[in-house]
Amino acid sequence: MEYLSIFVKGIFVENMIFAYFLGMCSYLAVSKTVKTANGLGLAVIFVLGITVPINYLLENYVLKEGALVWLSPEYATVDLSFLSFIMFIAVIASMVQLVEMIVEKFAPALYGALGIFLPLIAVNCSILGGALFMQERQYPSIGEATVFGLGSGVGWWLAIVAIAAIREKIRYSHVPPALRGLGITYIITGLMGIAFMSFMGIEI
Amino acid sequence: MSSENKPVKKESLFSKKNRKLLKDPLGDSNPITIQVLGICSALAITVQLQQAVIMSLSVLFVMIGGNLIVSLLRNLIPDRIRIIVQLVVIASLVIIVDEVLKAYQPDVSEKLSVFVGLIITNCIIMGRLEAFALANKPGPSVLDAIGNAMGYAWILLAVSVVREVFGSGAISLPGMGQVKFLPSEWFIASSGFYENNNLMILPPMALVVVGIIIWIQRSRNEALIED
Repeated sequence: MEYLSIFVKGIFVENMIFAYFLGMCSYLAVSKTVKTANGLGLAVIFVLGITVPINYLLENYVLKEGALVWLSPEYATVDLSFLSFIMFIAVIASMVQLVEMIVEKFAPALYGALGIFLPLIAVNCSILGGALFMQERQYPSIGEATVFGLGSGVGWWLAIVAIAAIREKIRYSHVPPALRGLGITYIITGLMGIAFMSFMGIEI
Repeated sequence: MSSENKPVKKESLFSKKNRKLLKDPLGDSNPITIQVLGICSALAITVQLQQAVIMSLSVLFVMIGGNLIVSLLRNLIPDRIRIIVQLVVIASLVIIVDEVLKAYQPDVSEKLSVFVGLIITNCIIMGRLEAFALANKPGPSVLDAIGNAMGYAWILLAVSVVREVFGSGAISLPGMGQVKFLPSEWFIASSGFYENNNLMILPPMALVVVGIIIWIQRSRNEALIED
């Protein structure tokens, strides 16, 4: 039940885009058609599902105060958490590279669909954001951290596919010229955010 | 400034080209409204003016440092690993900012929470490194960094002023705390007629405010309108 709650919360209540604006840059840039939006969304789910648990292990066995006790009891007071930004981003950048190579070798069809998006993802704020929220919220086990990663990924995918579908339709509407493109996308995202706020306060 | 009396090859600091580097990002190539860079952090921390000021200063510092360092290293960085090198440079600068904030502004640091760390993946920094610092000398790169950080800053400040004035009926100036400018008996709570618009404090309104800024900007300069 705990897992389900974290998953649903990640998708709706604490949606990466509508509640925290993470990954907005690629959200706005790659949401012109549903097909590419879907590809990028799936890549984000994939990478969040992999990097959040790895960063969880890193946080709990290397970086946190007293996390190095497993090496030797002398290290109980060592606190490396000031290194977490650089470690997390290094893990993310290298994992993205690794995933790209593995997918290219073993699943060429998937690579064809996700390939061009993977390099973009290293600098997608939602991936580092996922790692930092995981650190801030102190999930009790790696299972919960993984579910959190997947849930936020699904939330991000949902948001980008929804906005892409709206943008495809809005091309046929009379938007004031100065608002066309970026401006109206911002405002629609704001309205969608207000809609998503109705999920706030739901306890599962 | 007065380089005409000596025949040097060096460009003067305020030559037309350099002024353009500084001025363009404030208007027609603004990172947020035109280049679509650096939006993630821009929206989440614009509830209060003070947070926005601190965020802008942090981004200014990281951008100048990052552009300068990458521009100095530009001939040494192998092309294939440049993203990782850039990320390491930015991450080190962000760690400095984070530690300084924790030491001197602990409550703001608390409020900004993960968004200080997210300066690393702020596309405005990566974007300018890729697009400018990798191909230009340190001098112009620093100017480009200042220009873009300022372009980022003014949007942030504008959005946060709108949101704070309408959302909290006050402005939090750095060093002065929250300054309320409406008398408290005007508020409904003390049987007045005015109530703050709480929607403004919530995240979605940041997007709508930026959308309106884009609307105004593009109505004034029709060349920016997308098809």
